[in-house]
Amino acid sequence: MNGQLVTVYVPRDAAALSVGADAVAAAIRAEAKARNLPLRIVRNGSRGMLWLEPLVEVQTQTGRVAYGPVTPEAVPGLFAAGFLEGGAHPLGHGLTEAIPYLAKQERLTFARCGIVDPLSVEDYRRHGGFRGLERALAMRPAEIVAAVTESGLRGRGGAGFPTGIKWKTVLDAAGPEKFVCCNADEGDSGTFADRMIMEGDPFCLIEGMTIAAVAVGAAQGYIYIRSEYPHAIATMRAAIKLAYAEAWLGDGIHGTAHRFHLEVRVGAGAYICGEETSMLESLEGKRGVVRAKPPVPALEGLFGKPTVVNNVLSLTSVPIILDKGAGYYRDFGVGRSRGTLAFQLAGNIRRGGIVEKAFGVTLRELLYDFGGGTLSGRPIRAVQAGGPLGAYLPPSLFNLPKDYEAFAAQEAMVGHGGIVVFDDSVDMARQARFAMEFCAIESCGKCTPCRIGAVRGVEVIDRIIAGREVEANLTLLQDLCEVMTDGSLCAMGGMTPIPVRSALKHFPEDFTRTPAPLAAE
Amino acid sequence: MNARTPWSAERAKAIIAGHRHLRGALLPILHALQEEFGCIDEPAIPLLAQEMNLSRADVHGVVSFYHEFRRTRPGRHTIRVCRAEACQSLRAEDLIDHIRRHLGVDLGGTTADDAFTLEPVFCLGNCALGPAIMVDDTLHGRVDAARFDAIAAATLAQERAR
Repeated sequence: MNGQLVTVYVPRDAAALSVGADAVAAAIRAEAKARNLPLRIVRNGSRGMLWLEPLVEVQTQTGRVAYGPVTPEAVPGLFAAGFLEGGAHPLGHGLTEAIPYLAKQERLTFARCGIVDPLSVEDYRRHGGFRGLERALAMRPAEIVAAVTESGLRGRGGAGFPTGIKWKTVLDAAGPEKFVCCNADEGDSGTFADRMIMEGDPFCLIEGMTIAAVAVGAAQGYIYIRSEYPHAIATMRAAIKLAYAEAWLGDGIHGTAHRFHLEVRVGAGAYICGEETSMLESLEGKRGVVRAKPPVPALEGLFGKPTVVNNVLSLTSVPIILDKGAGYYRDFGVGRSRGTLAFQLAGNIRRGGIVEKAFGVTLRELLYDFGGGTLSGRPIRAVQAGGPLGAYLPPSLFNLPKDYEAFAAQEAMVGHGGIVVFDDSVDMARQARFAMEFCAIESCGKCTPCRIGAVRGVEVIDRIIAGREVEANLTLLQDLCEVMTDGSLCAMGGMTPIPVRSALKHFPEDFTRTPAPLAAE
Repeated sequence: MNARTPWSAERAKAIIAGHRHLRGALLPILHALQEEFGCIDEPAIPLLAQEMNLSRADVHGVVSFYHEFRRTRPGRHTIRVCRAEACQSLRAEDLIDHIRRHLGVDLGGTTADDAFTLEPVFCLGNCALGPAIMVDDTLHGRVDAARFDAIAAATLAQERAR
């Protein structure tokens, strides 16, 4: 140890905390004290190998060595096995970077997540942080926008709209007042990448937003975070305070004439506020009711001013594009889907977590090579890709490469990169019903196809499940789906039919089952 | 632990005054009021309307739009249980049935001893370690019936220790 303090990493990520990371950190501290071994504990973000959480890492001469999942009860044994020198232990995984799940990834956006102390500007700088912004500060706004356009970056929130084109619209719009808003209302089930990077590398989001502000000429930004994410809210607020203290935010950023002020705003449990215009209404202090487009937010956004609205992962991809160049980023990916996406393996999966890969990786690779199949050990029957508005896909489509166009061709979407796995015990008629139920609960109520259609959808599927006039009701359901798709104002009502129709298409047997006769009392 | 301070117009006015400088201040104010009082009390609606130069209907519309804003005081602790797809794939519905039986309360209800309010939530962002629940601000993953019982008991034990 050469008299140097050993550094032990115990994540502070909410997922790690949910399985006892705080208790593990306390146990390590107590055991070290009892053994009179001085050590330094850093509460890092998560590496994204969530089945190994709490994943404890020890800094050794050869690199960081991983142990997990660690329980407080296992801590004395780890000390006895000499884990502070990287000693062998049944929970040991060797060098973290060599774990195949991590080694096979292409981490651009999540390059620092889980490695740095999330609330240390110094650590962030040491790992290449703020280099993108430094470059941007020396560029003309149009050059920054051109770099983002050339990188091929498309909106990571789900819609996949080219980020550079959006920025150009705001840049060209008349000022003087413009805004940059980050959509961190990550409400899709099966997605947690926004949360993880806000908790694990918050300065990256601050840097990305500041670059956007410099590029389009905005002086004020908001991060709209859902209230279900108290840890992300606390971490972002703390990071913003630190960034102000070191002149990375505020008046005169890093000694230049640029000014950018940033504030966290908290949602209040409305899924629809993940839709950009609804989010803007909410930021203005109103009901989160969707606006008709046009005008697009880039021209008339927050308080009617030109506004960049981007997802967390779009904005956190910007620093590396500015730092390493548009070409570096564009060289990852396939077709018109450039760069990487942080796929999120969720639900009934053995090795769930974040897999950042270039576009073009197949579902099969993600589900089996990375994910290791289901947690229950039963065969995978369906995956829902892209959140509650995404398609249910059967194993026959698992060779589909993950890119925007290939998925669109199958009436599916990459969305925010979430993949929820179901084993063969799933009832797809129930899942279709839930899609409609969710829409009925979360609809903002502005347009009729969504507000009323979702309620009728639940009723129709209930009749199908009960075995009443199945054929006629299936026709009615298809008709209803068409009305919602074509007639809804936004993606909520317009895409709720996607999970329903895909369930009908790929799993028709679940809709024509004779219901079990009522048990005799 | 939820705050459940009785309504005070004076205190509410001070909270409003502390946030009024924000643009689009209504949501931050509503969050602050709920954090202080545990819910948005009825007298808050006309007060907000007056202070913010809005109609009562506007304020009521905002309060009722968002699932998070409550109109009645919750129990001492809020249990949010996820019922979205990722947790469904790990039988969250069975867990919810267990919780309802264990607490003797339905979703949205508060236990007779005022200890817990049970609320459904769509996604806590812990989708690789489901089923997930959140007790006050503490997130729990891989929750099954036995783990839930232990978490509920520990929450009450902590409260008694205070």
